[in-house]
Amino acid sequence: MDFMHQLVQQLINGVSLGSIYALIALGYTMIYGIIKLINFAHGDIYMVGAYLGFFVVTQLHLSILPALLISMAITACLGMIVERLAYKPLRHAPRISILITAIGVSFFLEYATMYFVTPTPRTFPNVIDNVSFNVAGFIINGQQLLILSITMILMAILTYIVQKTKLGKAMRAASFDTETAQLMGIDSDRIISLTFCIGSALAAAAGVLVGVYYNTIDPLMGIMPGLKAFVAAVLGGIGILPGAVVGGIILGVIEALVSGFLSSTFRDAAAFAILILVLLVKPSGLFGKNTNEKV
Amino acid sequence: MNAIRKRDLIMLIFGLIVFGVLQGMISAKMIGSFWQLNILLIGINIIMSVSLNLINGYTGQFSLGHAGFMAVGAYVGVVATTNFGMPLLVALILGAICAGSLGFLIGLPTLRLRGDYLAIATLGLGEIIRIVIMNIDYVGGAAGFKGIPHLTTFPWVFFVMLFTLFFIKNFVNSSHGRACIAIRENEIAAESMGVNTTKYKIMAFTIGAAFAGVAGGLFAHCFYLICPASFTFLASFNYLIMVVLGGMGSITGSIAGAFVVTFISAALAAWPEFRMIIYALALILLMFYRPQGLFGYMEVTNLGPIKRFFDRLKEAK
Repeated sequence: MDFMHQLVQQLINGVSLGSIYALIALGYTMIYGIIKLINFAHGDIYMVGAYLGFFVVTQLHLSILPALLISMAITACLGMIVERLAYKPLRHAPRISILITAIGVSFFLEYATMYFVTPTPRTFPNVIDNVSFNVAGFIINGQQLLILSITMILMAILTYIVQKTKLGKAMRAASFDTETAQLMGIDSDRIISLTFCIGSALAAAAGVLVGVYYNTIDPLMGIMPGLKAFVAAVLGGIGILPGAVVGGIILGVIEALVSGFLSSTFRDAAAFAILILVLLVKPSGLFGKNTNEKV
Repeated sequence: MNAIRKRDLIMLIFGLIVFGVLQGMISAKMIGSFWQLNILLIGINIIMSVSLNLINGYTGQFSLGHAGFMAVGAYVGVVATTNFGMPLLVALILGAICAGSLGFLIGLPTLRLRGDYLAIATLGLGEIIRIVIMNIDYVGGAAGFKGIPHLTTFPWVFFVMLFTLFFIKNFVNSSHGRACIAIRENEIAAESMGVNTTKYKIMAFTIGAAFAGVAGGLFAHCFYLICPASFTFLASFNYLIMVVLGGMGSITGSIAGAFVVTFISAALAAWPEFRMIIYALALILLMFYRPQGLFGYMEVTNLGPIKRFFDRLKEAK
């Protein structure tokens, strides 16, 4: 009984953490799907989002929802600027050049932020009341409810954009085959730019939510979640949006279970072990289809 | 054949001259202890970047876990010298064997993956190695391994580096190396020409990992303490950057890359807040204006005047 109780409690924690991974993984998977780039800077976009949220809450004294929206809007622009300045000139360059550029952008965002806000971690203020709900003996706190509800709202909006709008159709077409999409009159540069915009906004939301959840932010906080979100994206099948969500949540749950029942030091190793298992057993991910390589 | 040997000999003599000058300057105390340490680091980084270049540049297999193998070599080495009192040479060889075997075991399943998937899998494996080391109390865990004898001296680094360079250069110019380059150029075409791609990919990966182990052993004996935090994937990125900066597929390039990166980060050590920003911008600009790196596929022996010098030697024969 006690074991079961702890298990369910860890599952609740895992799903909250996992939905944050899912938000970051969505951006990763969209960007990878469209320009085949592991955007190492995505984790740092998430960090910038967290800092923007922090400053809106502490300096402008706004509540969490406006902070979330302002942070998402500014970070979306940042994502587009990064794409325009750093990745667009290299659209036809070898893949490794773009990858190295992404590493460069990642370092730049980390250390430029560090220069402006100092490397000391900041304490995110309590933006929502410390409430916790007791549901049949299991504790869900206010932060977890906030994370889950905002994640669900954002995913619903994203699903609507991708499935129902013309923009979403163009995004799906471009990620299926960029060249053909271009021949059909889709401005692929604009679509790529908008993909970065949406992906970065989602990452910013994740950043603010993590600030609320863990109460602490620092300029290098984006590195690990960024990599893990990529693991989540690969786990679900890269380029597939529902896959990223499911992958993120599975990853969060496994991490919570490992740190709850084994040792928290093995938490990061668990994520990478899953990644390697997935890559060896089914490289296309849980939802991916196998494609044969053509000569 | 003779001309190639002569070329090797000239490069060896050149290397010995460089060694003599640097050693003389160190003995005469013309170089302070800060730059002495950085000279050692340049040598170690050259071993790292050349061995990574064998995997990334020559064989075209994108590995991002090189620091993990370095960590294995470093920890095996320090345990051998500190706890068992073995000489440095034995420690380096043990480190190379362990890192190489691990590279072989890891390479066997992962090298089936391609491109980005391989990159992220090796990154994950490098991190797993680090986290496992962090959880072994015998080697000090996260706090690090203390009380390492300071055995790495300039001659050690220099001659191990020279050995690495000649080994990798000869490997690349052998039929095995040609097979590796064929895999880089087009894996499917290489396979259809009868190259056993799995075998050569694993061979390159194992050799690269073994030399990373050697570099790790030398690195560990530069300091009195090593900790797992020195071997994160950021360190692997750093070695990758050296390789790309110098030119993927050029040994001269790897030397230059290791030199430039180590030198710049040492020179900017006084301004830590700007160091990484400048470094990041330099990286992005390099990719914009010279994505093939400083040397591309060129070697120093192929550059204009030096090539003419060697050609004249050949004609004189």
